[in-house]
Amino acid sequence: MSKLQGLSFGLATVVLVVLATGYFMRDWLPPLKSDRGAIDEAMAATLVVTGLVFIATNLLLAFVAWRYEDHEGAKAAYWHDNTRLEIAWTAVTAVIMFAFLFNALKLWADMTSEAPRDAVVVEVTGQQFRWVVRYPGKDGAFGKTDAAKVDVDTENYIGLDKSDPDAKDDVLMVNDVYLPVGKPAAVRIRSTDVIHSFFLPNFRVKQDALPGMTTKTWFIPKVEGDYEIACAEHCGLGHYKMKGQLHVLSPDAFEAKLVELGPAAPEAPAGSPNQASE
Amino acid sequence: MPAEALEDRAKETPTHSGGGRPESRCGAPGGDPGPGGTGILGDPALFGVCAFLGTVTMLFVGMTSAYMVRRASADWRPLAPPAILWLNTGALLASSAALEVARRRFRGWDLPAARTWVAVTGLLGALFVAGQYGAWRALAAQGIFLASNPHSSFFYVLTGLHGLHLLGGLAWFAAVASRLRRMTLTPGEDGLRLFAVYWHFLAGLWVYLLLVLFVL
Amino acid sequence: MAHAEAHAAEAHAPQAFIWKYVFSKDHKVIGVQYYVTAMLMALIAGLLAMLIRLQVGFPEATWPTLGKLLPRGFSDGIMSPEFYAMLFTMHGTIMVFFVLSTAPVSGFGNVLIPLQVGWRDMAFPFLNALSYWTFLPGCIIILASFFVGAGAAAGGWTSYPPLSALQGAVPGSGTGQTLWIVGMVFFIASFTMGGLNFLTTILNLRTKGMSLTRLPLTMWAMLLVAVLGLLSFPSLVAGCILLLFDRHFGTSFYLPSGLILTNVPLLNPDGTPLHAGGSPLLWQHLFWFLGHPEVYILMLPALGFTSDILSTFCRKPIFGYKSMVGAMVSIGALSFLVWGHHMFVSGMNPYLGMAFAVFTMLIAVPSAVKVFNWLATLWGSRIQYRTPVFWALGVVSLFISGGLSGIWLGQSAVDIPLHDTYFVVAHFHLIMAGAALFGVFGATAYWFPKMFGRMMNETLGKAHFWFTFVAYYCTFFPMHYIGIAGHMRRIYASGRPIGYYEFLEPLQEINVFITRSALVLGASQLLFFVNFFWSAFKGPKASENPWNAAGLEWTTPSPPGHGNWPGEIPEVHRWPYDYSVPDAPKDFVPQTDPAPIGARAGGH
Repeated sequence: MSKLQGLSFGLATVVLVVLATGYFMRDWLPPLKSDRGAIDEAMAATLVVTGLVFIATNLLLAFVAWRYEDHEGAKAAYWHDNTRLEIAWTAVTAVIMFAFLFNALKLWADMTSEAPRDAVVVEVTGQQFRWVVRYPGKDGAFGKTDAAKVDVDTENYIGLDKSDPDAKDDVLMVNDVYLPVGKPAAVRIRSTDVIHSFFLPNFRVKQDALPGMTTKTWFIPKVEGDYEIACAEHCGLGHYKMKGQLHVLSPDAFEAKLVELGPAAPEAPAGSPNQASE
Repeated sequence: MPAEALEDRAKETPTHSGGGRPESRCGAPGGDPGPGGTGILGDPALFGVCAFLGTVTMLFVGMTSAYMVRRASADWRPLAPPAILWLNTGALLASSAALEVARRRFRGWDLPAARTWVAVTGLLGALFVAGQYGAWRALAAQGIFLASNPHSSFFYVLTGLHGLHLLGGLAWFAAVASRLRRMTLTPGEDGLRLFAVYWHFLAGLWVYLLLVLFVL
Repeated sequence: MAHAEAHAAEAHAPQAFIWKYVFSKDHKVIGVQYYVTAMLMALIAGLLAMLIRLQVGFPEATWPTLGKLLPRGFSDGIMSPEFYAMLFTMHGTIMVFFVLSTAPVSGFGNVLIPLQVGWRDMAFPFLNALSYWTFLPGCIIILASFFVGAGAAAGGWTSYPPLSALQGAVPGSGTGQTLWIVGMVFFIASFTMGGLNFLTTILNLRTKGMSLTRLPLTMWAMLLVAVLGLLSFPSLVAGCILLLFDRHFGTSFYLPSGLILTNVPLLNPDGTPLHAGGSPLLWQHLFWFLGHPEVYILMLPALGFTSDILSTFCRKPIFGYKSMVGAMVSIGALSFLVWGHHMFVSGMNPYLGMAFAVFTMLIAVPSAVKVFNWLATLWGSRIQYRTPVFWALGVVSLFISGGLSGIWLGQSAVDIPLHDTYFVVAHFHLIMAGAALFGVFGATAYWFPKMFGRMMNETLGKAHFWFTFVAYYCTFFPMHYIGIAGHMRRIYASGRPIGYYEFLEPLQEINVFITRSALVLGASQLLFFVNFFWSAFKGPKASENPWNAAGLEWTTPSPPGHGNWPGEIPEVHRWPYDYSVPDAPKDFVPQTDPAPIGARAGGH
């Protein structure tokens, strides 16, 4: 009876988890639409290694639980140290960890590096419970903001100071981000109230938005289409509906879109003026 | 608060070993593989006080790191220290010194002198607390309040926190002094030891805070 | 002689009910008080979890009965988003601090430390009683917050400002958040008093022969937990003090300028900003400097229990005692250097992120060593399948599962998509909450004789284990999948009609499955409560050493009287893991047996 319990112990986990993993694999990562495929690869490699370790250790656990069950005449061994064995498995674990670490740090350095200079710059400001989107316009400079200048009627939710010359051609929108396909996109992320997190599931992008500071991330959208922007940090009652849309357009359509939205007729906004044509 | 409780315990111990609880019988310190019989490991109450001071230290380490982070921001405007702080510092350091003199007199069986120096210790400690309050008043008179600027916020919070620990120390001091008057401390055995550790720590902590707030 | 002493000890014990069981200074009574209070808090926090899962699993459903029972949380039978936010905030807070830091540490720590190191009581019994009577008001304050103003704190258990600092940011950020802070300060004060006692007792007061290398691994865990608590909790106190000043006295430690709340700028009457220059990241650093050691405060005792239980029921010495201690010490030390892995995407300097990733991956090594040591302990053993060993095996299993997902999250780049999703929820429920909870259940079954002098029911115990084990995996393992698919934490509804995200819609059926499993998990705990209360009063009386265990605590009566040993405290001659020693008359050699057999006998 309890022999069964010992065996079922380890097997229960392995069988449950392996079956479930097979079944749920259809809900793997959301389809990748950016240049951050390396994250997916790192994750797949981690899945294989941790999965094998998981199965091996659980099978071992199931085996010992079944094999060493107490019975008539059973005798337990008396040993409790094996320095060579202990050093061996410590070293092996350390090597595996460092392999993961090496790869992860390389990816991390790439992803947190400065955006290329020709990147399209867009600013996203989290507010309970919307994303205010801003393009700098053709001057490539964002106008000053001042909380005292908030005006709900003109949808100036972030208090853009219209008297600032840099603000003249700034484009303000709510919840819609437009980006050209194939060009690096540099996102300045801000907040004016609580902490939010700018999350693009299809792009493997996530970066917190904090009041009082500007955080940055950059990536390259690879496929045209409309994608969801989510808030990943609990930001209050409307956290669950703080949804935006990311529209990845062809470069021509993107420029046309900005002209349509802009106050004047801005070219593609760029970090430096002469790179829009690249 | 825990410090007073520790002191209570220290007071209890002799009664217990004399009474029904046979705890002093077993595990006699000094047994070879047993607990350390000498130094701080042979002295649970002292060890407890030191561990408590360790956790108080971490509280101020946490505060210091917050202070360092905050000081790096653009709106930092340094505060001029109210002059009375230097007098206060002198009073607290003198209080610590007086306590040491009291302990020496005490160990030398000179009870009247010990009592005098203990009184001086307490008086100087109380003077320090009053002086700190004076420093708050001096700043407030200049229109510098808790929320005026980040440096003043930290000044009020850190001096307040230190002051609370000091008030706890004064309460402990009152207990020690009253026991001294009732002669329940044995001369030569120096019952001021635990309190002294705490009191000197607070003096050192104050010098540290002063350095962090106004010198470094 | 011994009899005279015993009588003296008994005579010294308080007789009146109120001094014996209520305001007792006896470590065992205080331990049981802590334990029972924590378990009642677990019941409440567990019910909160059930409500959370009802909402996530069936967001469109109406619950008229629940609506009548909890009129403040429901309108027309539909749970309100503010109630949902309070639920997950308070579930986390209560479980992490008031249950899983309390039951294993303050509960079993108090019961076990003097029994396992060989002393009459804790070093400072009065401080110990004071610690419990500080903890209890903390519990009451935390629970009371549900009934004040706009309700309990709703900023998440991490209470990130400005959400927790601006009173208008979320309903619970009014009085509820203030009570949260006050409750936490009470909790931390009580934990500090307990920690001082643990540290002093284990290091200063051990019976003759009980050298550090002869301590049970549970005692090593308690020692480290005390150190971690004493060094890390002050950081949260500092954080809470500053938060309190920002909330009520207009300072700007965490709050920057330029704040706009629901389209209204936060300005002074003269037009200057109400706050300026503060950094919300400062709180996160102070919080997680506690938060990560706190994880190990929860886990280390469970790892200690598991080692002791496995050795006893395997009838085999624990494998690699020294490396077990070394692993725990290095986990404890490294736990102070990894807090930033909670902040990879927080906006912290990416170079700092790299350093934290290094230490995070490093901490996996001692954790793996522990698993291998347990497997080696099991190898060649003779497992007696009683209830405690199931829970111990459960801890091993959960520690493996949860530890492996930690390797995913520790790689800072892989953390980007997984951060703040259900993957994280799965990870910490398996490793931190699961291991701690299973450890507590195992310890309860194992040391019940020393707590109540009776045995727990085996059939109920095993049934409770199997239901819990299967339901636990069914509840938390699928969260990995929805987390990888991007499902954010703490959202009130995911798929339509109430939720907003298309990419979450296909995940709803998994959410339903998780909710059903969670309800089974919750209901299974009834088995425990029935077993616990029935056994405490009606269970069969336990002998002094019902498991034939070698540890020092099994040389006392069950339950031990006031003063623990009727006679002198015995001298210790060996480590507590001498099972199946060749040439020994029985299959275990008690720690007090001076016979020169076994590898760890005699003088070292």
